[in-house]
Amino acid sequence: MTEQELREAVIAALTQVAPDIDPAAIDPTIGLAEQLDIDSMDFLNVVVAIHERTGIEVPERDYPKLSTLDQAVGYLAAAQTQHAPS
Amino acid sequence: MPSLGADMDSGTLLEWFVKPGDEVKRGDIVALVDTSKAEIEVEIFEDGVIDELIVAPGTRVPVGAVLATVGTAGAPPAPAAATPPAPAAATPTAPAPPAPPAPPTAAPPAIAVDGHRVRVSPLARRVAQQLGVDLAAVTGTGFEGAITRADIEHAVAVASPPAPPVPAAPEVAHRQEAMRQAIAVLMARSKREIPHYYLELQIDMSRPLEWLREENLRRPVTKRLLPAALLLSAVAHAVVEMPEMNGFWVDDAFHPGGRVHLGVATSLRSGGLIAPALHDADRMSLEELMAGTQDLVQRARAGRLRSSEMSDPTITVTNLGDRGVDLVHGVIYPPQVALVGFGAVRERPWAVNGLLGVRPVVTATLAADHRASDGHAGGRFLAIIERKLNTPEEL
Amino acid sequence: MTAGVQTTAITYREALREAIREALSSDPRVFLMGEDVGLYGGSFGVSRGLLAEFGPERIRDTPLSESAFVGAGIGAAMAGMRPIVEVMTVNFCLLALDQIMNNAATITHMSGGQFAVPVVIRMTTGAGRQVAAQHSHSLEGWLAHIPGLKLLAPATIADARWMLAPALADPNPVLIFEHGSLYNLKGELDRDHGPVDIDRAAIRRPGSDVTLITYGGTLPAAIAAADQLADAGIDAEVIDLRVLRPLDDETVIQSVARTHRAVTIDEGWRSGSLAAEISARIMEQAFYELDAPVARVCSAEVPMPYPQHLEQAALPQPAKILSEVLRMLGKGSGG
Repeated sequence: MTEQELREAVIAALTQVAPDIDPAAIDPTIGLAEQLDIDSMDFLNVVVAIHERTGIEVPERDYPKLSTLDQAVGYLAAAQTQHAPS
Repeated sequence: MPSLGADMDSGTLLEWFVKPGDEVKRGDIVALVDTSKAEIEVEIFEDGVIDELIVAPGTRVPVGAVLATVGTAGAPPAPAAATPPAPAAATPTAPAPPAPPAPPTAAPPAIAVDGHRVRVSPLARRVAQQLGVDLAAVTGTGFEGAITRADIEHAVAVASPPAPPVPAAPEVAHRQEAMRQAIAVLMARSKREIPHYYLELQIDMSRPLEWLREENLRRPVTKRLLPAALLLSAVAHAVVEMPEMNGFWVDDAFHPGGRVHLGVATSLRSGGLIAPALHDADRMSLEELMAGTQDLVQRARAGRLRSSEMSDPTITVTNLGDRGVDLVHGVIYPPQVALVGFGAVRERPWAVNGLLGVRPVVTATLAADHRASDGHAGGRFLAIIERKLNTPEEL
Repeated sequence: MTAGVQTTAITYREALREAIREALSSDPRVFLMGEDVGLYGGSFGVSRGLLAEFGPERIRDTPLSESAFVGAGIGAAMAGMRPIVEVMTVNFCLLALDQIMNNAATITHMSGGQFAVPVVIRMTTGAGRQVAAQHSHSLEGWLAHIPGLKLLAPATIADARWMLAPALADPNPVLIFEHGSLYNLKGELDRDHGPVDIDRAAIRRPGSDVTLITYGGTLPAAIAAADQLADAGIDAEVIDLRVLRPLDDETVIQSVARTHRAVTIDEGWRSGSLAAEISARIMEQAFYELDAPVARVCSAEVPMPYPQHLEQAALPQPAKILSEVLRMLGKGSGG
């Protein structure tokens, strides 16, 4: 997936969990939890949704690496190259 | 019309899922009701055949009104509602299993402290009902001290300063306003009637979190557990050993809840709060509890809870840790008698056996009704929660 | 093109006389009958000059027997005439009550609709002129009890001028109550106004905080009270019932639904009064609109005193209305 596709996948995952958010209004450099009022359960659901959309399974210890939109996209792009489907 | 919460005095029937002649079983969802806090699926409590739908969709009726009649197959229809009759305030002795232990609704709050009837003008009473204002909390300034419409409007204005206009649909705005009012009424009643006492205990979470980390490593992303599941489960198991924390204070007496229906305080994304029940939480595996909580939170936020979930939590848990606070002194949800709160899990200096270490620590708090229990019991309850958290494999 | 509204300064008494004159001129079936209506010009001067103008056939002085001449009027109406019967005062109509209640009010019903009774019976009502306990009654409430009658209470120059024609046109017996304190009321009359309805109450002063409901002789007191209330920042609506039977519930209930408070002002005694009837109807039809109990300002339940200060103390006064409204609003007794 291109970085743009990954970004769209993350945004889709976020709006799936929190339908009321405006994707255009997300600041990619600010923490998602605070910005979008996402709690741990919401976040877990976002991770599950990302898994469904990208096939990438984010381990629990890496959750902090997904704290902003830019970070999440960067993390997923890196994860994609490491675990490229064989 | 079932009572779907202690703060509900009427509801609007939105939709019937059954029609006359349909066979129904106890637990079937028969109707959708708007309580002004949420749209709730109403379950039926009797087996039988729907005889007649009495209330038409779109109609607002008071709690206790007959919505439909149900006949036993082959027998003449009994005037049974799709609900237990008006929430029986005085049936504490009824064994829990057959009837849902519907928390009795507040009697029309028109009795003053001194036992005299509060004077309320008919218009004020009507407006108070529309706005969800508790008349007992309003000071009358009208004819012979009667509460007038102006007094109600003043009380509302004081209780809730006008919210800044939000670009929400009018219906949503109305729903939010109604929910705010409902919360205001209920919390005011709690603080007015319930002599709260508060205890707090810091709990070392290193063992349960380590266990959880290992557990989650073995699990696919869709089956992962959250620390919140441990906390909820610990409370559910602990309260089994402390039944005086699990139940209702009604008519000057404590009525044990019997089963453990854990109220899960859930903030709604649009604003507001709802605390639906996770039924029989003490009998759930962690995995079931996790799935159940996720389902409950999702449906709470979508406004699709079931009647029993709204009406029968026996104790409530609020977890504000995700919001970063260290501890929460909760307000008990009447007529329940206890509320357990959890703050954030934080790394803190922790002294054990003369050595100082850094441990993940959570502050558990208990807000309990002093009419139903004493600090000693409350202290034991928190200690039991700590013990349960430290044996996560048994949860 | 019509020019501006043509008005004339006129008294209530003159307005009544003009109405009678017009009726006599426009319909040969109309005649006026009563004690002293001819040579003397009427006990209250309403018919002064009419005898000379219309002659003794149509302006008929009668013996002092209310039962006889009211009965004659009812018979004439049944026979196709349009009599205007003047009973000097409501106090004396008691002598004709059998005719009014057992004949006028019932004959249409008893004859299966074969006979209409289009009689108009005028009478002075009320106190305030130091004529003591036998000549100061306000018995409108009693008469309003009787099905088959229509009761009118003109309280303004316009109603005094324009209510008679529709009353004569009505096939039912119509009683018109002229409050004694109003005869000298002066005002401008709109010459082109034309007949008014005799079905509806009128809002004489719109307001939003409280509804004052009255009729006839107490309308000026209600208006005065409303003016004083306005000074206190209270916006009172004043309803003139105009028609005392059948009552116009709609106007009253709609007003109370807006203001949520009501005071009825009635010169009759409180017990079993029109004020009581209106209060009951508000309770029946607008209970959930009420923000305070309906209040009543009525005459003291005593035979009307002769001394002026006692008589005034016994009657509904603006100050009493004011204090009732203030009490209703939780602002004390007003002294």
